[in-house]
Amino acid sequence: MTTTLAPARTAPPAPPPAGRPFRRIGERLAPYAYIAPFFVIFAVFGLFPLLFTFYVALFDWNPIGDHTFIGMDNFTRMLEDPRFWNAAGNTVSIWFLSTVPQLALALLLAHVLNHARLRFALFFRMSVLVPYITSVAATTIVFAQLFDRDYGLLNWLLGLVGVEAVDFTQSTWGSHVLIATMVLWRWFGYTTLLYLASLQAIPRDVFEAAAIDGASGWKQFRHITIPSLRPVIIFTVVTSTIGGLQIFTEPLLLSRSAPLTCGPIRQCQTLTLFLYEQGFGQFQFGYGSAIGVALFVLVVVVALINYLLSTRIRAER
Amino acid sequence: MTTTSARSRARSSGAPPRRRRIDRVRWWSYVLLVSAAIASLFPLYWMFVVATTDTATATQLPPEIVPGGNFFHLAGLVLSTVPFLQAMANSLFVATSIGVGHALLCSLAGFAFAKLRFPGRNALFLVVVLTMTVPTQLAIIPQYMIISELGWVDTLQALVVPGLASAFGIFWMRQHISATITDELLQAARIDGAGTWQVFWRIVFPIVRPAAFVLGLFGFVTAWNDFLWPFIVLKSPERYTAQIAIKALQNSYDIDLGLAMSGSFLATIPLVALFAVVGRRMVAGILDGAFKG
Repeated sequence: MTTTLAPARTAPPAPPPAGRPFRRIGERLAPYAYIAPFFVIFAVFGLFPLLFTFYVALFDWNPIGDHTFIGMDNFTRMLEDPRFWNAAGNTVSIWFLSTVPQLALALLLAHVLNHARLRFALFFRMSVLVPYITSVAATTIVFAQLFDRDYGLLNWLLGLVGVEAVDFTQSTWGSHVLIATMVLWRWFGYTTLLYLASLQAIPRDVFEAAAIDGASGWKQFRHITIPSLRPVIIFTVVTSTIGGLQIFTEPLLLSRSAPLTCGPIRQCQTLTLFLYEQGFGQFQFGYGSAIGVALFVLVVVVALINYLLSTRIRAER
Repeated sequence: MTTTSARSRARSSGAPPRRRRIDRVRWWSYVLLVSAAIASLFPLYWMFVVATTDTATATQLPPEIVPGGNFFHLAGLVLSTVPFLQAMANSLFVATSIGVGHALLCSLAGFAFAKLRFPGRNALFLVVVLTMTVPTQLAIIPQYMIISELGWVDTLQALVVPGLASAFGIFWMRQHISATITDELLQAARIDGAGTWQVFWRIVFPIVRPAAFVLGLFGFVTAWNDFLWPFIVLKSPERYTAQIAIKALQNSYDIDLGLAMSGSFLATIPLVALFAVVGRRMVAGILDGAFKG
């Protein structure tokens, strides 16, 4: 195998047809042309706006009027703004409530779905992906109805067992639970399949050998499944954190009376919704950008914590 | 060693009772999976139930749990409240453009990173991977300013162009092209006189088309469901995408409670239909993804 391949590798590349210099230059530049669209798009709509956020945050910037340089004023104002801390708290709370159960559930489901003799495996795999193709807007509309205080199916069922109706949109914890449920619902199937993909890479013999050695399902889960999924678990924690910090549509559509604050007392306003409210509701581009910078700092901090934790886990092993 | 041969013998001659007991799928596995399937599908069913009942039925207790006969009445209300068919057409245009753009541009860039040699290749690929971790959504204010400078506010190209290619798509296609296409094949084509573009278009792309199709599907679904960016960029009702039309329907809930639900249902039908046809390939796409191993 190796001997037959070796000459091919060292052979000089086919000489370009003579007398066509333009084609030769074109061939040289082709790779750059192929990757250029992404870099142009990312530079214009990704990187530049990100850097420009830091710049705009230093101004009192009205989109249809003037902008004046005010230094760090937007940041000091933000750090003293109780609405900012409220939004930050809501964001972290909703993120935690949606991510932790989601990843745990996905792990469990992936473990079960990985069984060789499972029947209807394709049906189960496909049905858990249905929420992923449902839009956040549609999800919010239907969940708000299901969780409605007066006419919702859930509260009716709770009423049957004697539990008093819960107001899932007006109360703070209720709205957090509701939004977290929607996020969990939309993403648990996708995460399950990501985990399943990694599980399928583990040779089945490993599980069979463990079973023959008397390891229970729980022990297999604990000592084979989780350790071998570590990279993908870290990946999903990072992506769901970045996604969780950017939750916007659910709180916006949840409160019909006060959409931009997700209710009269801002009980479920997230940071991205706060950014939108300040930037596009109040036309304060400078202050909105400062909130964007705060979000950026949060994402970087979370990514660092994740990185440190994952390297420590690796070091301990 | 002994266990391996014992097991392979067991497999060929029918499993002995002890092994079957160990390897059986437990009943609670099915309970868990059936619950997950019901939880996944029920909200869609419920959307249909509410989308087919009038306000009076939707607000009665106990709730009606079978579909009513009001679907066309409500659908008519949806169409007369917002230009919903136009919104669906807009969504279709945006999502298809982004899906096709993803399939082509990410394959092309993935091909360059996987199979072409050029100065700066590794550094540039590292940049691509790093951009995946950058949360650009928090920069919506400057993004809006750029769209405004370009004169693209309230246009559909403001939705299409930024989404045409993605770092994840390039990463994914690069992995796929590295794994499926041998250098020998490409070298043979080059000796036959094919230029880089011909190598891509006549050899590489036909081979990786199934993977590019799945990538395009994910691009399509994401674009169809996108909310924040269209919500910021679009102003006039005839430019709305289906998702923004749902928001507009929610604002006019005084007409009928089921209106937003009806719109949600109508906007979800195309994706459910698409999923029924190609969902199997989407599942395979995830299972075959970059995280295998």
